[in-house]
Amino acid sequence: MRTVIFRTIAPYLSALMVLYSIFVLLRGHNEPGGGFIGGLIAASALAIFGIACGVASVRRAMKIHPMSLAGFGLFIGTLSAIPALFQKQAFMTSQWLEFRFFDVDVALSTPLVFDIGVYFVVVGAIGSIALALEERESD
Amino acid sequence: MAGSYPSVDFSLAMNMTPVSAADWLVAAPVAISLVGGSFCLMLRKNTASQAKLGMIFLTLLVLANIGLLIRVLDKGVITMVMGGWLPPFGIAFTADALGATLSLIASIVAFCAGLYGAVTFDSTGRRYGFYPFLVLLMAGVCGAFLTGDVFNLYVWFEVLLISSYGLLILGNERPQLDGAVKYGVLNLVGTNLFLIGTGLLYGVFGTLNMADIAVKVAELDNPASGTIATIAALYFLAFAMKAAAFPVNFWLPASYHTPNIVVSAVFAGLLTKVGVYALIRIFVLILPASREYLADVIALVAMATMITGVLGALAQTEVRRMLGFLVIAGIGSMLSGLAVGSTLAISGAIFYAVHSIVVMTALYMAAGVMQRMGGSFNMRELGGLYAASPAFAGVFLVLAFGVSGLPPFSGFWPKVMLVDAALIDGRGWLATAILVSGFLTTLAVGRVWIFAFWRGGPEGTPDGTAAPAVPASADLGSSAMWVPIGILTALVVFFGLQPEWMLELSARGASGVIEPVGYVRSVFGVGQ
Repeated sequence: MRTVIFRTIAPYLSALMVLYSIFVLLRGHNEPGGGFIGGLIAASALAIFGIACGVASVRRAMKIHPMSLAGFGLFIGTLSAIPALFQKQAFMTSQWLEFRFFDVDVALSTPLVFDIGVYFVVVGAIGSIALALEERESD
Repeated sequence: MAGSYPSVDFSLAMNMTPVSAADWLVAAPVAISLVGGSFCLMLRKNTASQAKLGMIFLTLLVLANIGLLIRVLDKGVITMVMGGWLPPFGIAFTADALGATLSLIASIVAFCAGLYGAVTFDSTGRRYGFYPFLVLLMAGVCGAFLTGDVFNLYVWFEVLLISSYGLLILGNERPQLDGAVKYGVLNLVGTNLFLIGTGLLYGVFGTLNMADIAVKVAELDNPASGTIATIAALYFLAFAMKAAAFPVNFWLPASYHTPNIVVSAVFAGLLTKVGVYALIRIFVLILPASREYLADVIALVAMATMITGVLGALAQTEVRRMLGFLVIAGIGSMLSGLAVGSTLAISGAIFYAVHSIVVMTALYMAAGVMQRMGGSFNMRELGGLYAASPAFAGVFLVLAFGVSGLPPFSGFWPKVMLVDAALIDGRGWLATAILVSGFLTTLAVGRVWIFAFWRGGPEGTPDGTAAPAVPASADLGSSAMWVPIGILTALVVFFGLQPEWMLELSARGASGVIEPVGYVRSVFGVGQ
């Protein structure tokens, strides 16, 4: 698989896929998309980068172990359920913060944080499985 | 609250009454375990702090469960629907006496295992995630005990299974992988049956909320026929696999002796009991008519589980394998309570579950100490441990009496209740099976006591010589091993000498599922 063309294009392709995965993640609340599908796209970006340039360079580029990313996702996902406590509402009740920012309506919410958490869990878990499988192959 | 849409009347879909912080105790065990597990996972390279972090979260978990149980005993069943949606559409967490009691006992056991694991796991085991897996396992276990939604129960089963796969193969040895494959395949089949049953249930009733289903089933003209009977059969098979009931229990003796001893201890204490809990929850709360319909089958399964389990225990010379078979025998006793189904029988089963969680975990931990002292898990190669440590011999004897159901320890009372309930129900054979399995259990653990403790040394030591089989330099373990065994043994003695608390708790738990008025009212409010 390590042809010159693939190896040249893979970093750009991966970067584009990660960017696109963030777009899919953020449009997710009211339109098709969301953390899970975004995470899958990002994980496949890691896999493609790994196939083209080797697992070691993916791990070097990521800096953080994918399993720790998954842990981080679970962590903020769970934390996003807590703010409702201070509003005397049930666990996981969504909280919204809406404001205008340079004539654009921005809606920040705890479901967004939860979705970002899901994104990281999926990137971390699927990414570490993919990298582990690719590592075996190259041995 | 979804955005600022002033024209929408949220009270049609959402619960608008303020939720007090104390009601958050229902969600606290799961939230604490998830936060703790993910936190430990992020910091798992820092092996020095893993044990401390894990213990902090496990302590918080125990405290939250104590608070929850006190609140449940004070206020009755409490419900919180996730996200504030109205039931039955939101996912309800409903804590009753049964769920809160088991959740508390499970977290105490996990706390003890966390302490014990600080000694038995080296830094490699910690880096590969003993504490994250243990704490996430508790998220699954507590979630399963506290949820009020059938599909959510399935999700928590998956959470605890995934964590248990991870724990099972920590160490990466060949027998572990072999055991994990058997464990994994059978659990996968069981989980799929559970999912199929849940799909059918949703197709029939259009709801997954346990209280809602219980009400709808009770309204049926013929609540144990056709599809409902199919669902009941699927559920029974699925949970019998999880609980390791005969004849679908071969995965347990194949896998429970392979991992690190503290992992075996947690599994033996918790996993099968979650299966028993699910059986009680589904068959007594939701499908009581199907339980009556299946009562004879359950009784047969219970008897076969008890007798085959204890015969398996007698045939073993490996202490861990022997204990695995004793776990199975205990499951049979709990199922006999389900077969009879009266308030006395179900409270006996609940008490037995609590007793079994504590005593089986303690016995596995004691086996770990025996291995440290004598260098083996095999009874033939053990001996002279009494001379090495009379105090430990005494502790083991207490646990042995406890698991056999001899007074004055914790196993005695639930056995009395179960035998009594079986006799009242006219099931003499079932009562006989409980008593016979108790007697044979005494023989099985008595054999360990005689071989490992009483005789002078391992096989081949001449009679009468008190050769110190245990070298003076033997590693007797640190206090981190003795404290958890001490806590659990103290519980065994306490439940035996002061059974009033547990009798009260299990009676409330049993009447709460047999007469689910309080449960339904807690979910749907007083109006319904």
